[in-house]
Amino acid sequence: MTADTPLLSVRGISKRYGARTGCADVSFDLWPSEVMGIVGESGSGKSTLLNCLAGHLAPDTGAILYDTRAEGPRDLVTMAEPERRMLARTDLAFVHQNPRDGLRMGVSAGGNVGERLMATGARHYGRIRAAAIDWLGRVEIAADRVDDPPRAFSGGMQQRLQLARNLVTGPRLVFMDEPTGGLDVSVQARLLDLLRGLVRQMGLSAVIVTHDLAVVRLLADRLMVMQGGRVVESGLTDQVLDDPAHPYTQLLVSSVLQV
Amino acid sequence: MTGTDYTFAYLDEDTKRMIRRALLKAVAIPGYQVPFASREMPMPYGWGTGGVQVTAACLTPEDRLKVIDQGADDTTNAVSIRRFFQRVAGVATTTRTAEATVIQTRHRIPETPLTEGQILVFQVPIPEPLRFLEPREPETRRMHALADYGLMHVKLYEDIARHGAIATAYAYPVTVAGRYVADPSPIPKFDNPKLSDSPALQLFGAGREQRIYAIPPHTRVVSLDFEDHPFAATKAAGVCALCGDDASYLDEVIVDDAGGRMFVCSDTDHCAGRRAAGLGPSAAAGAAAARPPEHRGAAAEAAVCAAAGPARAPVPPDPAGGQHPAPEAAG
Ligand SMILES: [Zn+2]
Repeated sequence: MTADTPLLSVRGISKRYGARTGCADVSFDLWPSEVMGIVGESGSGKSTLLNCLAGHLAPDTGAILYDTRAEGPRDLVTMAEPERRMLARTDLAFVHQNPRDGLRMGVSAGGNVGERLMATGARHYGRIRAAAIDWLGRVEIAADRVDDPPRAFSGGMQQRLQLARNLVTGPRLVFMDEPTGGLDVSVQARLLDLLRGLVRQMGLSAVIVTHDLAVVRLLADRLMVMQGGRVVESGLTDQVLDDPAHPYTQLLVSSVLQV
Repeated sequence: MTGTDYTFAYLDEDTKRMIRRALLKAVAIPGYQVPFASREMPMPYGWGTGGVQVTAACLTPEDRLKVIDQGADDTTNAVSIRRFFQRVAGVATTTRTAEATVIQTRHRIPETPLTEGQILVFQVPIPEPLRFLEPREPETRRMHALADYGLMHVKLYEDIARHGAIATAYAYPVTVAGRYVADPSPIPKFDNPKLSDSPALQLFGAGREQRIYAIPPHTRVVSLDFEDHPFAATKAAGVCALCGDDASYLDEVIVDDAGGRMFVCSDTDHCAGRRAAGLGPSAAAGAAAARPPEHRGAAAEAAVCAAAGPARAPVPPDPAGGQHPAPEAAG
């Protein structure tokens, strides 16, 4: 890991579903502590791309070079599964749109947060619990909820719990799929503030997929606009949103402004 | 080969070969669940068809078979399985642990230390230790393949968070030979240390779920725990009212129709052996018959007692209490 090496270097990622294009020839670099937003309508390929990056889908072609702590850049596409799983529960994190997909609903909040620690060898109950309580505090969940199951939580709390569960191992790169989707506007605002604070404090790198331009305006340093599986425009977030060059981006921005 | 040899121990030769292949694979990969094509047996699944098939595939005419159910040789289940093998294999049977070459068991490991050359066959209701938290079979298979076992500790974490201690008292999960996490079947955790470095071959058969796994002789078996909540092979503090033993695993037995109870050894052969050696109840054990004030259904239980011999209710080994498996849950 050096200052002139991207944390993530995506090279020519393509994924087809039969005759249909998922995403086509996507390349970009993500630098340490940088947040990349990916916007587009549903069907634009942004979710396919994210799932390829996170290892949930195998791309047809391309490379995803991740700058590992121990050995420098390694291709996540060809990495053996045990190693990729270990990375996925230490260095990487994935925040699902629906907290139910990212939480164990039958396990207490403390157990949810502690799972990644236990999966990486933590074997001291008292310390695992202390870490869980500390993380609940950092996502603004009271310590006395540590033994409650997520189903007893509101949607916003569940999403904050999902963040804590993911961040407890101090990952360097977080993938987020519509992290504020399905939440009320006021709840969204609180979650966004919290997310922005955590990203800054921890120096996190993130790839955030969303259809909500307000989310990327607040969180993303850079932006990629996708249409029909291809990246049609990319650049600094403010630049792309304030002065869109591509007709599709112009349409996307103007339709938001009209709302 | 004569016709009788051909059908020795009920199973046809093809089935036996298939099960033996699964057993060999299981021994080669300690703790790994090997699928096998479970056959219909002339008894319901709850009666240990997995164990019966493993026993049938292991038995030779020279074997001496012992069958126990929760430590006892004389329960309906144990008696009927023993009779079944007497009939279909003509093998000698015994209740003496030390004399048996093959022991089929449900929910216990004998107190008498096992020896080289013995085979212990466990009846298993649920072979998958991860199922409690991860019901998806492809996912649990992948977790085993990658030794991705954080979830097992989540289960123990939840136990402590809820009960203040690891409340799992039966089917307490173990790591076999430093690799696969396995369910030791619903034996009390008191028996877990006996799994490790045993001179005997330990085989596990789950009929309904069609899985076989094994702990070969002298394999290290470790019960999962936390540094600050170490595993403890606890049992009820008590003394056997018949032989005075305070070290063996005890059952609580109803002794009269007013809810009177006493502790006796769960392992009937162990208890009988001690009594034959002249050991008897201590003064303390004689006073163990207590009468719980709000004992429910004493008369009904007494009726069951009269009909089926002593009603055996294994004692939760720690105050937190654990789920005791329902008797019909054995595979
Ligand atoms: Zn006794």
